[in-house]
This record gives sequence, structure tokens and C-alpha cells, in this order.
Amino acid sequence: MAPASGAGQPFRLSMLIHDRHYRALLIQALVFILVMSLAAWLVNNTVQNLARMGKTFDFGFLFNRSGYDIPFSLIPYDSNSTHLRAAMVGLLNTLLVSALGCLFATILGVLAGVLRLSRNWLVAKLMTVYVEVFRNVPLLLWILVILALFTEVMPAPRDYRPAADGAAGAQMILFGTIAPTNRYTAIPAVVAERDPGPVSVLGLQVDAMVVAFAVALLAAWLIHRWLRAWAQYRQDTTGRRPVTWWISLLLFLLPILGLSRLFGIHLVTPELRGFNFAGGLNLDNGFVVLLLALSLYTGAFIAEIVRAGILSVSRGQTEAAAALGLRPRPIMALVVLPQALRVIIPPLISQFLNLTKNSSLAIAVGYPDLRATLGGTTLNQTGREMESMILMMGIYLAISLIVSAAMNLYNSRVRLKER
Amino acid sequence: MRYTAFLATVAASALTAGVALAAEGDTLAQVKQRGVLNCGVNTGLVGFAAPDANGNWSGFDIAICKAVAAAVLGDPSKVKYIPTTGQTRFTALTSGEVDVLARNSTWTFQRDTDLKMDFAGVNYYDGQGFMVRKDLGVSSATELDGATICIQTGTSTELNLADWFKANNMTYQPVNIDSNAEGEQQYMAGACDAYTTDASGLAATRAAFADPDNHVILPEIISKEPLGPATRHGDNNWTDIVRWTLYALVSAEEYGVTSANLDELSRSSTNPDVQRMLGTIDDYGTMLGLDKEWAKRAIAASGNYGEIFAANIGEQTPIGLPRGLNALWTQGGLMYAMPFR
Repeated sequence: MAPASGAGQPFRLSMLIHDRHYRALLIQALVFILVMSLAAWLVNNTVQNLARMGKTFDFGFLFNRSGYDIPFSLIPYDSNSTHLRAAMVGLLNTLLVSALGCLFATILGVLAGVLRLSRNWLVAKLMTVYVEVFRNVPLLLWILVILALFTEVMPAPRDYRPAADGAAGAQMILFGTIAPTNRYTAIPAVVAERDPGPVSVLGLQVDAMVVAFAVALLAAWLIHRWLRAWAQYRQDTTGRRPVTWWISLLLFLLPILGLSRLFGIHLVTPELRGFNFAGGLNLDNGFVVLLLALSLYTGAFIAEIVRAGILSVSRGQTEAAAALGLRPRPIMALVVLPQALRVIIPPLISQFLNLTKNSSLAIAVGYPDLRATLGGTTLNQTGREMESMILMMGIYLAISLIVSAAMNLYNSRVRLKER
Repeated sequence: MRYTAFLATVAASALTAGVALAAEGDTLAQVKQRGVLNCGVNTGLVGFAAPDANGNWSGFDIAICKAVAAAVLGDPSKVKYIPTTGQTRFTALTSGEVDVLARNSTWTFQRDTDLKMDFAGVNYYDGQGFMVRKDLGVSSATELDGATICIQTGTSTELNLADWFKANNMTYQPVNIDSNAEGEQQYMAGACDAYTTDASGLAATRAAFADPDNHVILPEIISKEPLGPATRHGDNNWTDIVRWTLYALVSAEEYGVTSANLDELSRSSTNPDVQRMLGTIDDYGTMLGLDKEWAKRAIAASGNYGEIFAANIGEQTPIGLPRGLNALWTQGGLMYAMPFR
């Protein structure tokens, strides 16, 4: 056994080996030097190899004309835009499918997780089958299977037209509002008849309708909070809590309905014009397939996390709460869920991160995400592999860290307060 | 102990990397040492490069690989075919994974300069076209306004398509696909109205359909697509070998040298051009770093340019492409080999 370092002992060279404290420092320093020299060797090797191929390391290509079209874009983009803008389009598409995917996967996962604990044998077993089937087959296979279903089974847009001999064409689903085809899924679009156009807010051009809705909802939320504080005050002073939920509901509903009326907002169902559906919103099948696959796949994992969370709260808690006279709903809301969330949130964070990273499989269905624009066509047309890859890794890392930070913040609010 | 093993591994990998670095740059020496030519080819395009049921590759581009292998290694079968997609092909070449890229790739300014490749020549003058179903009732590409079009991502055709539709004030909806096989599947399932790629590729794709008569290739050719074998920039000798192998095949057709009369002509021909090419007189092979009979072996591999064309994609094959621009210059085409002198 090496003696622990004495406080007053003078330092001797042999202590680097024999003194536990200094030896630990020495090993750390050595490992650090080793790792850094390995990194330096990698960077040096890369620089040398690039130089040997006559390639430079330069991000200037991002400002050149991209020259290619992107089928699905949230911001204005055409082939005259720059590669940087193409990358932005890809990034927004990645964020869109990830955000919606996280939302749907959570809804699906919570439902499946709770139903798997159901006393109904059939429901519980059905959920078990769903979870096991989706969890144990690679995601890429699910994406390809769902894509094949969409391209091979769904009717072509022109099949919705009645045939020449009078036979009825394919029928739209959900009361004739949604038309799945083998190219896109046509859904109703939200259209404003009296769009007031953009206004300038703090130097930014923002759509006036968005501003109006944001202001109205913010005001409703503030009044709702004040209302709850007032109800709490009444409860504390008089012992009776006034019923406020319907006032809160009206607070949110009335401005939305009023503004919709003011701007003439309504739904337009898609209809077949020429060869394609028009009027509604045509969601690219790549997007629909990827969203479905990501939600179903991650939902299966979340279902297990939710089930584990609920099971982690011991039955004694429920029984104790019941003994105190609480009814089932308050027991779930006040006793079980707060403790279950504590267990659910941390693994949920990593599922959200997984989903975001898995969205890069979009290339398999031709959905133009970041991997397909910056890491696909841009990389290939400009030949800037190193720059594109580094940029893409940086962006995915940033997204993951932001998601993780936000979820950790939420976690710190719901976790058990230990005092 | 564990640290020592780790350090040893690091040192060993550093050494191997150093050795690998030193060897690169001289492709000819590498190929000779390896005994096999690594040839980057299409993942599967009937007539140009496709494996049969036994895994034997054949096609118009494959013939180039075989000719180069025959010239350099003396055996046309000593080729390792490495299938590459539109996205991976150039990286495969510049990273050294393949020695020559014979994968219907278009010779463009940017690829020649910025992507650090050299094109050894043109083995097929092509142009981009469109294929649609006959029952769509479209007879010209100008009627494709608003159409959904399947396109291989990362190709020069992707850029041409965007430019052409913009120039004609038309809109389209691209469906990005990764390989020709995926494009076929999407097009057959009706996920796109039209499929666009090089006209030769369209003909080859259509030939593989069960019902080729139900599909038409529209008359418009919207771009110039000179396809040719590519090599890494900077290894001039290797590029020369590939270039002159291609010229040997074209010259052979011009001088009437075929795989049938090759041996006879190498002895009896009195044409000095033929004699120089086949190594009967002078020793042109050593100037390339090869031996005297390099061109003779290259021609023997699958015949001259005309024979290769006729056997793989010509009018007698299911693909049925006419010679057109790819006829010899003496017959009104663009195939013109530089003189063996």
C-alpha cells in the first residue's frame, strides 16, 4: 500500500510512483497527453491527405448557387439559392419531422404503455405485440416497408376520378377530407381569406395573423393565471373554490374563434384538378412515411418507459392515498404520476435524441432532410466531403444538446425535491 | 501491460498509415503489385454494367475495365468490380478505393477541376431524356409542366433538370431516388409521371421492363452528357494508360482490327499505324510503362469499340441504341481517336 500524501511532506520525484495522490495525477496527465497527441495525429493526417489530393479546407462553397431543386421546403427556395440555404431547408425539414415525431411518439407511447397495463387481456396483449414487433426490427426496415405500402398499395391521384365507364374511383377517407395517394397525402389546408399581410415587429417581418394570435393567446394565458390565483385565494379564505374551468376555456376559445372569423380562416378540402389534387395541402409521401415510421418505432420504446415508470410507484402508495380518502383521479394526478414522471423523464430524453438522430434515415424515402441536402446532394455536387460532414455533425450535436438541455430543465422541475 | 498493448496498437496503425500514404500516387505500381484492377461501376444498369445470375459482370462500361486490366495485367478477368451509387462514386475514386471509374459519369468542368478527377476520354456521347408511360398521352417534354419526376440524387442530371424547367418556365415535383433500381421501382409503381436520366440509361432501363412497349422515351434531349472513364487527378501516367486503351479500341475499329483478325493483322498488316498500335514495330508500350503488346491484349479482351457497342447496347440487343453520335468520325459520328504516332 502506498502511503497517503502527507500535508507537510516535501515533494520528491519518487512520489510520482509511490504516492497515491501524485501517481493519480501522473496517470491523468499521461492519458491526457496520449489522447491529445492521437487527436493531433488524426488532424495532421487529414490535413496532409487533403493537401496531397490538392483539396483545400474551405466553407466558401456554401455561398455558391446550389443548382438543384428540393421537393419539400418550409422557406422560399429554388435552384438559384445558395448551398447554405439548401442546408437551412434541410435543417428545418429535420427539425419539423423530429418535433412532430417526438409529439406523436409520446402520445402513442403513453397510450400504449398505459394500455399494456390494462386489465383487459386482449388490449394488453395487442399492445405487447405492437411494442415487441416495432422494438425488435431495425428502423430502416420499417421505413422501407411503410414506403412500399404507400407506393404499391395506395391509389394514384388519377384513380380518384370516376372511370370512363362510370365505375366509381377511389374514395377519400375521413368524410372525404383526406386523400392518400402513392405520391403524396392530400389533407385540408388552412386558408385565410382576408390575410392582412406581414407587419414589422422589432425590425423583423412577421405575419400579422401570427402576431394577433400570439398576443391573444398570451393575454388569455395571463388572465387564466390570475384567475387561478384568485380561486386559490378564495379557497384559502373561505374554504370554497369557485368553479373557473369554463371561464378559462372561453378565455382561450373566444379569441381564436373571433380572430378566425375576422381573417376569414377556414379549411379547404383538396379536390382533383387535372392530374393532381389541388386546393388542400399535399404532404410528400417521404415525409408521411418517415414521420409514421419514426413515431411508431420510438413510440414502442416510450411505451416501455411509461410502463416501467408507472410500475415503479409501489402499490402501497396508491393504497395509502385511498386510505386517506382520495378518489382514483386525484390518486393518479397527485400521487402516482408525479412519482412516475421522475422515472420516465430521463430515459424519455434519450428517446427524443434518438428520434432526432434517426430522422437522418430520411434519405431512404427521398425526404430532403439535412443529411439529404447538405450531406447528400450538396456534398456530392461540390465534392466538399470533409466540410459538409463536419458541419453536419456540428449541427446534429447542437440540436441534441439543445433538446437535452431543455428536457433536463423540465426534469429538474418534476424530480423529487430532496431537502 | 494494457497500456503497452494500447501504445503498440497506436504505433502499428500509425506505421501502416504511413506505408499506405507512401504507396499511393503511383496507381500503375499499385495495380501491378495488387494483381487486380479495382474498377468502380454502376450498381446495375443493363447493357452498361450489370452482374448476371452467376455474379459475372458484363456491359459497355465493364468492357473498358476489362480492356484496361488486359493491357496492364495481361488478363481481362483480373478486375474487382466495385458497385458505386451516384453519391458514392467520386469519393470512391478520390479516396483510392477504385483505380478507374467506368460508371457512365458525365465529364463536366467542375468534376474535372474542383473534384480533382481526370477524364480519360469519352466512350459514349449521351444526353438527358425523359421516359413516360404511353397512356399518359404526352409526346413532348414541353408538356411535362407540373409533372412528378423521379431523379437520381447527386447526378448532373439533377442540375440539368432544374435548369431546363426554369428556362422553360415550367414547374415540376422532384422525387429523389438513390439508385437506378429504386428509380425503376418508383416509376413502375406510378409514384412519378416521368423518369429522367441519360437517354442511354433510359433505353437500358426500359429494355429490362416486362412491358417495354408501354413506355416511350420523349424526343427532347435537354443536355450534353459525354460519359467516360475517370481517374484521379495528378497521376498522369495512369490517366494516359486508360486514355490510350480507350483510343486503341476506337482506332482498332477505324483500322478494321477486330478480335477475329487481331492475331493475323499483328503479323501481316502493312499499315504502320496498326503495326505501331499492336506493337509489331516500335515499342510504344514502354512509353506507358507497359509492354509491347498492351493494346493487342486490350482489343482481344472484348473486341474493338464497334464490337463492344454492338454486343452490349447496339441495335441487335434488347436495348437497341443506334450508333448516332457514337459512330466513327469517318461515318459522321464523334468517335475520333488521336493518332498512334
